[in-house]
Amino acid sequence: MFKRRSDLPFDNDATSHFLPTIVAVMVFLAVLATTGAMVIQDILERWHRDVSGTVTVQVGALASDSLAEVQQRVDAAITVLQNTPGIAAARPLDQREIADLLEPWLGSTELVADLPLPRLIDVTLRKGATVDMNALTQRLAETVPATSLNDHQVWLSKLVRLGRGLEVLALSVVAMVIATTAVAVAHATHSALAIHHSVIEVLHIVGAHDDYIARQFAHLSLIQGLRGGFWGLMLAVPVLGIIGWLASHLESGLLPAFVVRPFHLVSLGLLPLGMAGLAQLTARITVHRTLARMP
Amino acid sequence: MPDISPANNVVRFESVGLRYGQGPEILQDITLSLATGAFYFLTGPSGAGKSSLLSLMYLAQRPSRGVLTLFGQDVSLTRRQMLPAIRRRVGVVFQEFWLLDHLSTLDNVALPLRVAGVREEEIMKHVPELLAWVGLAHYLHAKPSTLSGGQKQRVAIARAVISRPDLLLADEPTGNVDDRIAMRLLHLFIELNKLGTTVVIATHNERLVRRFNFPRMHLENGRLTLYAPYQDPAVPDEI
Repeated sequence: MFKRRSDLPFDNDATSHFLPTIVAVMVFLAVLATTGAMVIQDILERWHRDVSGTVTVQVGALASDSLAEVQQRVDAAITVLQNTPGIAAARPLDQREIADLLEPWLGSTELVADLPLPRLIDVTLRKGATVDMNALTQRLAETVPATSLNDHQVWLSKLVRLGRGLEVLALSVVAMVIATTAVAVAHATHSALAIHHSVIEVLHIVGAHDDYIARQFAHLSLIQGLRGGFWGLMLAVPVLGIIGWLASHLESGLLPAFVVRPFHLVSLGLLPLGMAGLAQLTARITVHRTLARMP
Repeated sequence: MPDISPANNVVRFESVGLRYGQGPEILQDITLSLATGAFYFLTGPSGAGKSSLLSLMYLAQRPSRGVLTLFGQDVSLTRRQMLPAIRRRVGVVFQEFWLLDHLSTLDNVALPLRVAGVREEEIMKHVPELLAWVGLAHYLHAKPSTLSGGQKQRVAIARAVISRPDLLLADEPTGNVDDRIAMRLLHLFIELNKLGTTVVIATHNERLVRRFNFPRMHLENGRLTLYAPYQDPAVPDEI
């Protein structure tokens, strides 16, 4: 693949397996970390999209309330909500929906049905409308006792913070992988320069520019980087498949399902190419720097 | 005094000294100039500094002191990126050949042309021609490890002359060949010299020096003395 005439005998190098192996491992880690970052970003976006523009009103059951009385209080809260400018819809969740929401934490819906649960009203805000949440909370409390309003911002901001932290962690891993690859390539190139010192001396004497020599090292690193990158990606694909399969078997509702988009596939496909390009560039710079110290 | 005026000089040394690291000076106060088309033998006992003197001329070393000018350019003031252009005007034959063992005879000889960016068609036309001339027509694809010492020597010489250099430096070029081949190689150098190439041949071969009517540079204890052709080394004669 991409075989090109070289004046340097790279084929017999002891380091010829080192670089592809290092790049394969680095690409494997980079693919996992990048996928992690993309999944987190996707989940954050969807959480944000799902809850922005919605609030939840919770109508608590008083000890003395009968079912009919609870329903009356829910209706009263809905009336207040419907009369509030900026609110597009207010829909009470039935017992079944509430039980489904609690299932991941509390188990079977039969058990949940026996608990004295508050009623929930899903409120959708009109697009672009600004609703004074404090005033609405106060009006609801005055009209319907034991109600509370949750605009999701508290838990969402905590989750977003956690998500952003994980995202930064994943991207730090990618950055570390890039830096490690560059260092490994520089080290391998230094070794190869030492091994081929006499050949380089002859090339210099017959009038070779530093770049003539550097291009040969860079080409070798590109090929080895592509080879390593390919195997790293091939190794990462089944691992991602297994992780995806395990995630899909988690209790539904804990995490939204990750949707693979063409952008994600292109990004992952570009990683080995990018790493090979990095190897090529690092080798070229390393050779130039080393040769600059020669007479 | 030797002519050290810059005009028409291919090589000019002015009070050049060379030492390796903190060691003693291998070459001391070398002052000489080689004009275009000159032909010199370089003689002297082993360890006198002949190879070091040549290495200064093919820019593998920089002088520790003094001024070295090649093709009118002071090498200590020449930017490193410009050195390959100077090196391409110099052909070198090494005592140990310095052939690249992983390359064929043809590729070894083609090396100076390839680094200079000469087209492959040109290379494939000229290299086999020259290899045939030095008697290696049947060894185009042979690796140096399969060649005899004399054959390697001829490959090294072919590599040095393939690009028709302005300055040809040869370190014991006839050391591994019989007299017949030695004469043939010397005639090749003379032909190149007639075309304007300045030639310096370092040799121990006293017979060769006496046979050809060329001036001689003699190195002893790091100091250089110039002799006219056929002169006895004991009686220096300024050139």
